[in-house]
Amino acid sequence: MLRLKNINTYYGKVHALKNVSLHLAEGEIVTLIGANGAGKTTILNTISGVTPAAAGEVVFCKEPVQALQPDRIVKLGISQVPEGRQVFKPLSVEDNLELGAYLRYRSRESKAAIHEDMERVFALFPRMLERRKQLAGTMSGGEQQMLAIGRALMAKPKLLLLDEPSMGLAPLVVQEIFRVLDQLRRETGTTILLVEQNAKAALKLADRGYVLETGKVIMEGPAAELMENAEVKRAYLGKDKKEIWER
Amino acid sequence: MLKFLAFAGMILLAPLYFKGGYLMNVLVFVGIHTMLAIGLNLLLGYAGQISLGHAGFFGLGAYLSGVLTATYGWNPWLAMPLAALMVGALAFAIGFPILKLKGHYLAMATLGMGIIIYIVFNETVELTGGPSGLSGIPNLAVGSLTFDSDVKNYYLIWSFTLVTILLTLNLANSRVGRALRAVHDSEVAARVMGVNARLLKVQIFALSALISSIAGSLYAHTMTFVSPASFGFNFSVELLTMVVIGGLGSIYGSFLGAALLTLLPEFLRAAQDYDIIIYGGLLMLMVMFMPGGLVRGVPDLFRKLLKKGGANHA
Repeated sequence: MLRLKNINTYYGKVHALKNVSLHLAEGEIVTLIGANGAGKTTILNTISGVTPAAAGEVVFCKEPVQALQPDRIVKLGISQVPEGRQVFKPLSVEDNLELGAYLRYRSRESKAAIHEDMERVFALFPRMLERRKQLAGTMSGGEQQMLAIGRALMAKPKLLLLDEPSMGLAPLVVQEIFRVLDQLRRETGTTILLVEQNAKAALKLADRGYVLETGKVIMEGPAAELMENAEVKRAYLGKDKKEIWER
Repeated sequence: MLKFLAFAGMILLAPLYFKGGYLMNVLVFVGIHTMLAIGLNLLLGYAGQISLGHAGFFGLGAYLSGVLTATYGWNPWLAMPLAALMVGALAFAIGFPILKLKGHYLAMATLGMGIIIYIVFNETVELTGGPSGLSGIPNLAVGSLTFDSDVKNYYLIWSFTLVTILLTLNLANSRVGRALRAVHDSEVAARVMGVNARLLKVQIFALSALISSIAGSLYAHTMTFVSPASFGFNFSVELLTMVVIGGLGSIYGSFLGAALLTLLPEFLRAAQDYDIIIYGGLLMLMVMFMPGGLVRGVPDLFRKLLKKGGANHA
């Protein structure tokens, strides 16, 4: 469904992605793990067109999309949940969700269909229904994250790009969010590319994973295998230390 | 809608109360300034993009209408829309490169744009009359009705202003208004939602300039005389002040800001030489105590007063 071939992206002179290649099949959940500055967010931004690649190819549903503007890419069916949530704070929950359907409103899709999807978001996150008139900026971090995911779903994406949905949230809230992602996969078959610091939770949910280091893919494989990999354990799961503590 | 009808009713009945006279002339200016403030508010209050050069668009509208009618004898009703389209197209062309800039840099770029337009007014003497201005601009007329008195001009200007208010209220509450506020809050998030932020900013800049240009044409035809001094940097700042004092992101706020900043100097005449000090002091106090602008600050003030009153009774 999505294929990146030899992507190279720069910030000015900084070479942020070096020959990155990866792929996602339809219905898959794939996770990108790696330390800060490894290039995880840059990969998402390159796919969504916010930080276009200098060289390489991004193919989505057999169409090259690397030269397209972000709004065209959203239109093709890729929605991003940006890092740090980025909900529109002075706008109400409802307005935020309607903004997620911006292009659908523009192409004059029926309001009933859009509202049906809004109901679906409310079913996934009942908390949003309670707060539909509240300003997004006045909600807790976890609620804002739920809103950001709901907002991305309003575009009816085929592929959902999630950038660190667990950032700065309490463990229980993180659990809740991962539960919803799992539910989303089971009910709608949405394909998800998930960037996470919380490697353990991410690998548990995902089918496959890629490990990034300083802009390069250094490892890839089924999530269960990566979870057992000694190098991944040492670097991202903190297994060794845990064993020391437990002794 | 009810709010708008009440507002329109109040505006249309105002002349009965003031019965013509000097104040009518000031109220004509309130109307023109309201249009300008609304135009700038779309850009600043909704899309979050600053402009320190809007007096330039106002001036371009005035001069284009003035030159086409006074020098070339065009029909004013033809000159006005043509001027508006030309100014809108110009803003669209300028907008593409400069709206990539953000914050202080955008302020500098629009400042430069305003100054260039001002210099053009001064230097193209054979076309604009240079610093001594352009006179002999005809009044607008419909059939045998010529808009040549303050009361007639009041109704002329305010019909345009009311239509502007109605259209911009509509725009602000639509999909586009929501997208503008999204761009204001987080451009990246708006872009990944599918909003073409760059194009939207340029479009709103052009619309804002177009409204300013129509206000300029109306100004030229009511004054029948224009000179560069009215369209300088000072006036751009005054427009900005109207928008901020009235309330960012509120159409009615723009009216309040424009009304206050137009009427206040008239009332302060009584204080003679001290007027400018009181004026400045009042503006400072309002920004300090009503950071949300008059449109939010005044209701808050009433609520506080009512609360205090209630507490005294208890």
